[in-house]
Amino acid sequence: MEKMIAGKPITVNEEGYLTNFNQWDEKIGEAIAAEANISLTPRHWDVIKYLQTEEKNQVPLSIRRVGKSGVVDIKEFYSLFPNAPLKTATKIAGIPKPASCI
Amino acid sequence: MNQMKHIIILGAGTAGTMMANHLHHHLHQPEWKITIIDEREKHYYQPGYLFLPFGIYEPEDIVKNITDFIPKDVELVQQKINRVIPDQRMVQLANGEGLDYDILIVATGAKIAPEEVTGMKGPEWQKSVFDFYTFEGALALRNKLREWTGGKLVVHITEMPIKCPVAPLEFAFLADSFFHEKNMRDKVQITYVTPLSGAFTKPKATATLEHLLDEKGITIEGDFAIEQVDNENKKIIDYGGREIPFDLLVTVPTNKGDELMARSGMGDDLNYVPTHKATLQSKNWNNVFVLGDASNIPASKAGSVAHFEAEILTENILRFIKGEPLKEEFDGHANCFVETGHGKALLIDFNYTHEPVEGTFPFPGLGPLRLLKESKMNHWGKLAFKWIYWNMLLKGRHIPFVSATMSEKGKHYTETVSQ
Repeated sequence: MEKMIAGKPITVNEEGYLTNFNQWDEKIGEAIAAEANISLTPRHWDVIKYLQTEEKNQVPLSIRRVGKSGVVDIKEFYSLFPNAPLKTATKIAGIPKPASCI
Repeated sequence: MNQMKHIIILGAGTAGTMMANHLHHHLHQPEWKITIIDEREKHYYQPGYLFLPFGIYEPEDIVKNITDFIPKDVELVQQKINRVIPDQRMVQLANGEGLDYDILIVATGAKIAPEEVTGMKGPEWQKSVFDFYTFEGALALRNKLREWTGGKLVVHITEMPIKCPVAPLEFAFLADSFFHEKNMRDKVQITYVTPLSGAFTKPKATATLEHLLDEKGITIEGDFAIEQVDNENKKIIDYGGREIPFDLLVTVPTNKGDELMARSGMGDDLNYVPTHKATLQSKNWNNVFVLGDASNIPASKAGSVAHFEAEILTENILRFIKGEPLKEEFDGHANCFVETGHGKALLIDFNYTHEPVEGTFPFPGLGPLRLLKESKMNHWGKLAFKWIYWNMLLKGRHIPFVSATMSEKGKHYTETVSQ
């Protein structure tokens, strides 16, 4: 489906995740963050860039890996993106919701 | 060939034992020697751990000798391994002896690592904090449940992936049934705590399972990433500061691949071996193959998966020996009975691309098993599975009418492919 984000029509899935990363830019990220009541600081951006790089390299994402990345520890990850940090952060980053391994 | 070639299988659990039984039909001396290495003496029927705490199975139902299941022409080495040196194609035993191989099959499984969470293996371990993913844990929990007078029961998953991802749900369902039968259901509050957003990883099955949880009065707490077990105040706390109190905590700790894979530099951050998901060949060494819980492929860590993998891997190893291209055939097929308590169960059948849906199994339109629906027949199927495991599965016999790759027939898909 299409959704207007930061004034542009963006293709998202039913949970609001971008389905085409090429449509993402920092303005889009900020707008999605605002919906989750998060205003992005440089620390947020460190995490977002890290997640995007991992996704590009096809590394499966998990809270454990983020915690051991050296970019951010799990405590801070939670304080930056409260409640469900990985889901919120990936949505802002314009990448798919991590499929928790079955 | 002037020299005998050597296949070594690491681990004589479900996956390794099945591979030994498959391969010895195809590879014979003097061309090939097959060795299987496992330091343990007992083979445990792991699906039985779920039933042990409730007294449905007794210990003797689920423990047999490893030697009973290894073919006579396969050499069983019951020794501890120091490490594997894949670049030298060698397994080094703890006694210093080195065994050279031409082909290595890694089937070292996964185990719980409660030490990964602060306080989990603390003073309350096996007092009010239990696991049921080990024989000892399941037995200790059985003894606890016999005398427990009620309170807050919390069934908890630490993090994914875990072996048999439906087992904790089944535990919650069986606990509901167990306390009903003991006439004390009203004295027990059951809470199901998971790091996932819902009851399961696939949408259709999640909806069905959440409905069942609701029907049985089991509360679900999702998105819970545990930071610590507070032994003193008996509660679990997540990184966001959320607290859930318990009188009895039944947790599935972090699951990890065998420490041997870490010592050998073959594993990822959870000691799982990076593996091609369709061929089951290691991503780093072309003469190393991986099956069962030891690999990092995105399939369920379950005996049924290992069974389907073993059929495909046997063919791929024979192709590898002949220098033929490997078949990219494994589709992530899993087939799991889910006990729902009160003598019923449901059955799910799925793979990498197709989520579990309703339908009939194994005969399209006929059954007799119903997919994603509770029935007594499914429950009998689950109990019959113990016999199938000991008598057919481990011995590498094909299960009639159940193919290694998933069949889409008799299933009610609305869309063809799901995430």
